[in-house]
Order: sequence, then C-alpha cells, then structure tokens
Amino acid sequence: MESEILVVDDSAAIRKILQRVLRQTGMSIGAIYEAGDGQEALETLKTRKIDLVLSDINMPKMDGLQLLASVRASAAWRNIPMVMITTEGGESKVAEAVRLGASGYVRKPFTADQIKEKLTGFLEAVLP
Amino acid sequence: MTELENLIAASIDNSTREVFATMLDAQIGFDGATIESQMSEANDGVVSFIGLAGTWTGSGSLACSPAMACRVCSRMLMTENQAVDDEVLDAVAELTNMIVGGVKTHLEPSLGPLGLSIPTVVYGKNFRARGAGVAEWIVASFGWEGETLLVKVCLAPTTVTHAHAHATGHASQIEV
Repeated sequence: MESEILVVDDSAAIRKILQRVLRQTGMSIGAIYEAGDGQEALETLKTRKIDLVLSDINMPKMDGLQLLASVRASAAWRNIPMVMITTEGGESKVAEAVRLGASGYVRKPFTADQIKEKLTGFLEAVLP
Repeated sequence: MTELENLIAASIDNSTREVFATMLDAQIGFDGATIESQMSEANDGVVSFIGLAGTWTGSGSLACSPAMACRVCSRMLMTENQAVDDEVLDAVAELTNMIVGGVKTHLEPSLGPLGLSIPTVVYGKNFRARGAGVAEWIVASFGWEGETLLVKVCLAPTTVTHAHAHATGHASQIEV
C-alpha cells in the first residue's frame, strides 16, 4: 500500500517542484494530488484518503492557516500530518501554524534535501 | 544611500542570491544598487509585482527579458520553455514571492511585521508601471547567463504612504 499525498499551493510551479521532489524521496508514494487553495484542498480531502498534506500558507480564497484549522477541527482529518510551506521567515505565521496544530514547516526557498529531511519522518509514520 | 536604503539593498542581494542558489542551483552576480524615482522608463518584457504591508507599506518588483524568464522557468522546473506562457509567468511569480519574501524576512527585525500579497506578473511591450506613495525604488541589478534581472523594492512608513496617496488621488496603475 502506498501513501497518498495532497500538495496545496497556488503556484503551479511549486506544485510541480514538490511533485518531483516527493518522487525523488524513493519512498512508497502513490498518488500525489494537487490543490490551488484551501477550498480545493478540502474538496480533495472529502473524496480521497490522504495520508499527508503539504500546504503553502499564503494563498487566495482560503489560505493555509484556514485550511489547517479546518483539518484539525474535523474528526475525520484531524490526525493527518500537515506540513506547512511558507516564505514567511518571521515567527508570527509559523507560531500561528504551530498553535493550530501544524506537524512541521519548511521555509521557501528550499532544497530537495530539506524537503526530504522534513517529510521522511511523517512519510515513514504513515507508510504501512 | 541612507542606512535603510543600504539595508534594503543588502537584503535584496542576499535574498536573490539565496533563491537562485537553492531553487535554480545557480549563482547570480550582484551588479550594484541604485535609487530610482517613481516614474520608470517604458518596459518590454516580464515584470512582476508583490505588495508589502505593515507599519511600512510598499511593493517589490522583478523585471527581466522574456528569454531570462524562460530560462529561469526551465531551470526551476527542469522543463524546456522556449516562449513565455502560463508556466513561465507562474515561475516568475513564485520567484518574486520567494525573493521579496526573503527581503521581508530580513527587514522585519528593523521595520516590524510585514505582510506579503499574492504576486502579479505582466508580460508585454512598451508598458510603464508606477505605485502610489512617496517612496523611491531601490533597484538592484543582477547578471545571470548574459541577462539582467532587476529587483526593485520601495517602502515608506504606512502613514506617509496613505496620506500622500489620499491627498494626491494617486493609484497603482499600469500603462500598456
């Protein structure tokens, strides 16, 4: 059985980069779904069994913090690991993400190794 | 340049080189920074904008040729982009987000918390852009593979920016 991952970012470029990096981890990853904002992400969560969410914070319509709050408020999704990706180097957004229950965060710009390092533990935890 | 302008220029330099090194695996050369008045020359090519807001308000902007935009996209996404399309514009938008986001992070200890808007990218010929407010642009020039990338930031204390904008009726505009 392979893990299914949801990548949420309003930038198609970042979604593409993350798809590539996730495939390079060599871990047993199945489908990688994409969403352009928090609302799209919630729709995907309703229809797919997602094992890990990787989400940008700064997005239109519904941002990553609102998505995180919605996921943590849901009985069905509250235990899904959620790693935030952000250009926000300051503490305020990161602290808010941690307060809302983020499992971790990665700051943009990132290297492939940084993403791999950050996600490996979560992927190992959700992999059978 | 003032102490703050030097700080902004150094922040642009650091952030731009960091983003190119991590996301493009490339070294970009810093050719220096200057001050530019509000009204810029007419542009051809790809220009992006992103807003900064907090106790200081302003904008960040990137400008480059279509060829450089395609090369940045190709390098970032590991694709072959020969012409400016949605994928190239999206890559430039994300480059803007990361570079100006890095500048914001560098400046926050001095200027306080700053928010970042969603970036906008324009591609065309003979257009002119200006923002509302009194601040001049700090323009940093970079060279990469024979092309030039301009990274611009303008910032002013929020009260000054708003007071001037309201008094003069200036609004952001793009003349195409």
